[in-house]
Amino acid sequence: MPKTLYDKLWESHVVRVEEDGTALLYIDRHLIHEVTSPQAFEGLKLANRQAWRPSSIVSTPDHNTPTDHWDEGIVDPVSRLQVETLDANIREVGALAYYPFKDLRHGVLHVVGPENGATLPGMTVVCGDSHTATHGAFACLAHGIGTSEVEHVLATQCLLQKKMKSMLVRVEGRLGKGVTAKDIALAVIGRIGTAGGTGYAIEFGGSTIRGLSMEGRMTLCNMAIEAGARVGFVACDETTIQYLRNRLFGPKGEQFEQAAAYWRTLKSDEGAVFDAVVDFDAAQIQPQVSWGTSPEMVITIAENIPDPAAEKDPVKREGMERALQYMGLTPNVPIKSVKIDKVFIGSCTNSRIEDLREAAAVVKGRSVAANVKLAMVVPGSGLVKQQAEQEGLDKIFKAAGFEWREPGCSMCLAMNADRLAPGERCASTSNRNFEGRQGPGGRTHLLSPGMAAAAAIAGHFADVRDLP
Amino acid sequence: MEKFVHLDGLVAPLDRNNIDTDAIIPKQFLKSIKRSGFGPNAFDEWRYMDFGEPGQDCTHRPKNPDFVLNKARYQGAQILLTRQNFGCGSSREHAPWALLDFGFRVILAESFADIFFNNCYKNGILPIVLPAGDIEELFRLTDATIGYKLTVDLPEQVIVRPDGRRIAFNIDTFRKECLLNGWDDIGLTLRHANQIKVFEDKRRAEQPWLFA
Repeated sequence: MPKTLYDKLWESHVVRVEEDGTALLYIDRHLIHEVTSPQAFEGLKLANRQAWRPSSIVSTPDHNTPTDHWDEGIVDPVSRLQVETLDANIREVGALAYYPFKDLRHGVLHVVGPENGATLPGMTVVCGDSHTATHGAFACLAHGIGTSEVEHVLATQCLLQKKMKSMLVRVEGRLGKGVTAKDIALAVIGRIGTAGGTGYAIEFGGSTIRGLSMEGRMTLCNMAIEAGARVGFVACDETTIQYLRNRLFGPKGEQFEQAAAYWRTLKSDEGAVFDAVVDFDAAQIQPQVSWGTSPEMVITIAENIPDPAAEKDPVKREGMERALQYMGLTPNVPIKSVKIDKVFIGSCTNSRIEDLREAAAVVKGRSVAANVKLAMVVPGSGLVKQQAEQEGLDKIFKAAGFEWREPGCSMCLAMNADRLAPGERCASTSNRNFEGRQGPGGRTHLLSPGMAAAAAIAGHFADVRDLP
Repeated sequence: MEKFVHLDGLVAPLDRNNIDTDAIIPKQFLKSIKRSGFGPNAFDEWRYMDFGEPGQDCTHRPKNPDFVLNKARYQGAQILLTRQNFGCGSSREHAPWALLDFGFRVILAESFADIFFNNCYKNGILPIVLPAGDIEELFRLTDATIGYKLTVDLPEQVIVRPDGRRIAFNIDTFRKECLLNGWDDIGLTLRHANQIKVFEDKRRAEQPWLFA
């Protein structure tokens, strides 16, 4: 019987199955950051247990670390303690790789893993972070997990899971100019909703997906959780294999070819059956901007703010009204007329080199609008920052009036000092527009790096395609 | 983990879809390295009029009188009644820790986000999915009756209303057993340590690059 990629990834990791179908899945890679791990390490210690396979661990602090004034260290004592706790825990338990704060390879964990070849096709990857689905871009089964599960994986190298249903999100055709993987992600969430993928493992397929770079695929898989799916992935192909050549922790020489032969089998078989299929025509996808407080509240740049009066479901209508009130927006107004206060280009969704190139191409030779109080670029890692500086992207951003920061999660979730003030409106390349996500009272609009750059230049939302 | 068998508890309504874990416990409280003490900051941005910071004494902070969980009639509630996709967003287990510390042991909803749903079971919270019609009726009854209580019987997998009506619910056998016994699932998994070891050795032989 033809198998889906999910079937293959699942079956190759099942250690045992309980009577009710609960399986013990073997975990190849465990990514660890400072926020969701301290209680897990403490639990392990209190129970007098050992870490099963420390060489499966790759770790870096990212959520709490500052993105400027690195000479001052981490000023907030509560944040500093959490990062120092991670330092101490990894020192004690061990790891394949640990990149402490300020290390060249330090950065956002979901950027650091892949760029160092710590994410390889066919792996199971877990992390106490819902955006772990990012690694699915490499034909991995990558789950976001809670802290109890972090402890479970530390102690047993396994995760208790039930097999999910499978969904194919198929995108065919050519993307229009200025339309990116981020727009596909937002268009998918806009269509199926933030719970549309709940209980499913999503495979992104079709000619458009095959045409995406690894960076684009990571952006797309990253936001599977915003469609409700714990995992999202893309089949392995030559783009994947090319990306993995000569990465730090990847196989080398003859072993690479041996691995690649196996990796090429990591795709759904012809005729494999999915529990659900959703089709998209790439040519129909336009640049997207979210307007509300849930990623499914999204429109194209050409549209007006929706009117709750048109919504029949009373709970949904009330949700829309609450969102509009929180966002300080009026129905039926063009999104293009909405002015912004801040711009954030960064996060595990959009902080890789390709994202920075996309934004820099728009910014080049232009200036940030006078009404924009702060426009910042936060590279995903020290390596991304180094690469961007070698290409001169930092100079383009700085000349236009952007701040060029050090790597970290930064204003995606505002655990460090980078945050919005109440009422401030932000054009953000991150993944969540929940109330208070970028700071209490802050108003987040999700969009692509090119669209964020266009908004920075215009001072309001603008169509990146209108900037020649 | 504390066992869960029966509960006879007061119901509190939270009538919204898509309540995310950022709303349940805002990010500034995630800086804690402990797993307890999050209750006073559950729903912090909705519950208080000021901006909460970690380590603060919350007893004298100004409360939002319009937030439903601040109302006198819902004090001491142990059952949370809500709508669709509860617990979406971030995987932070601090969300169920905060709800548990606040006093909730049962959450009734039309649907839950996957990671949050899973995290509940690891902490002795029972998340129950009910049809939209039952949820709607429970919202009506909770609103109409001060002190509205429900009895949750896990062994029988049934919720009993004060009028005697019984609402059956589903739960995975393995999760049910863990809740009823308060089992530590790491201990359960480690009983299969030999099987894990055999699997791992085979994998190492077949794909040595995974074990660099």
